[in-house]
Amino acid sequence: MNHHTTDAHTLAAAYALGALDDDERKDFDAHLQTCEACRQEAAEFQATTARLAAAVAQPPPPGAKAQVMAAVDGVRQLPPRVPAAGAAPVLGGILRRRAVSLALAATVAAVALGGVAVWQTQNEQELEQQARQAQQQLDAVSAVLAAPDAQTVHGKAANGALTTVVSSEQRNQAVFTAANLPAPGAGKTYQLWLDHDGTMLPAGLIDHDGTVILAGNPADAGAVGLTLEPDGGSPQPTTDPLLLMALPA
Amino acid sequence: MDAPPPDGRPRPPLRLLPTGGAVQVNQPLPFGAGRNGRAAPSDLTETMGKVARGDKQAFSALYDALAPLVFGIVLKVVRDRAQSEEVAQEVMIDLWRQAARYRPDAGSVQTWAATIAHRRAVDRVRSAQAAADREHAQAAREHTTAFDEVAEQVETRLESEQVRRCLRGLTELQRQAVTLAYYQGLTYREVAEALRTPLPTIKTRMRDGLIRLRDCMGVTT
Ligand SMILES: [Zn+2]
Repeated sequence: MNHHTTDAHTLAAAYALGALDDDERKDFDAHLQTCEACRQEAAEFQATTARLAAAVAQPPPPGAKAQVMAAVDGVRQLPPRVPAAGAAPVLGGILRRRAVSLALAATVAAVALGGVAVWQTQNEQELEQQARQAQQQLDAVSAVLAAPDAQTVHGKAANGALTTVVSSEQRNQAVFTAANLPAPGAGKTYQLWLDHDGTMLPAGLIDHDGTVILAGNPADAGAVGLTLEPDGGSPQPTTDPLLLMALPA
Repeated sequence: MDAPPPDGRPRPPLRLLPTGGAVQVNQPLPFGAGRNGRAAPSDLTETMGKVARGDKQAFSALYDALAPLVFGIVLKVVRDRAQSEEVAQEVMIDLWRQAARYRPDAGSVQTWAATIAHRRAVDRVRSAQAAADREHAQAAREHTTAFDEVAEQVETRLESEQVRRCLRGLTELQRQAVTLAYYQGLTYREVAEALRTPLPTIKTRMRDGLIRLRDCMGVTT
């Protein structure tokens, strides 16, 4: 057709090698939708470059798996790619289902929100409300993890918990993930803090392994702290921090 | 307490970092069935189906099968170990997120994971480059001085005998074009600059180089 389309047929190798820039890659992705020959060639080339990847395989760092396994608790899976008609918003899907699904969603939320017992109430409207909040929480976590400017910091708390903070300046949000977090003990909870020039502001509670969105304004914070507090949390830290992780500047 | 990751730091000149000592044992993923007693690709396809339905146990198995592949290629491209660990974790989380979008007819699970991992690694390297506002010409100069060394080290560091042998079967220019792009994360324009070779020639060498590799490795889809 035009110059561009003719050119596209020659790009399957550069595409499989990751040697196209962003715009060219998008163009070629679009071209693949309509060109069976390039699709076949690109698939074979990608299988070939995957061998180049396998040839440099390395044992992953110890501890990484525990963090990934904890992180995916809070990450909603994408639906299969389907034709446009099927692409209804997930939230709508949840609200159309009956209370069983809603209770399930609320349970997922309870996990994601650090064990808050949100499903004791039987009122369906409240359940819907909670399911909606749960979905928003999960979406927010996914959005931060998927943000193009997401930055990750790893830490280890004094009680042995492995922690990760993923923050996105663009979204002004950060998520906190804990793995191997010991039980806080009766009448106690872990509390997260954002350090604003030495002032610790409450950033949420977490009771067991999982991922939570940090409350507050991470962009202005220099560090994330973790302390053990009485149930319900405290306005200021009452114990020595188990962890203080510097945030990316 | 950890220091912030060195994001935005200028990309170091082309130098392959030692990756944790000489005794480290690479574990290339099997592509043929049953090598090292590991799951064959077809088993991973089944595992993927379970992961797509939210099965955490299946994801744990998938992690074990794919994490060395993912971490290896990310480390190769990104080079900085701390950044590579982050990117590799992001990739593994992404495999969980995108599990339902894996289509067996488009290729093996390993190919799918390698493609996603390589793309993320390249994105990281290129955004770091952009942040450092690095001059293109400067990059090309560095690549020019280093590519001989790179090509040499690529050969000696590969664990897979077959891949090493097949790379040796390429012409010098084919091999440099393929390895500078795939292992160093360069665009074909950067490869052309680094090798002082016209753009169309580089595109062609990438293509006939990959065809030769494909046939040498007996790749089918
Ligand atoms: Zn085409």
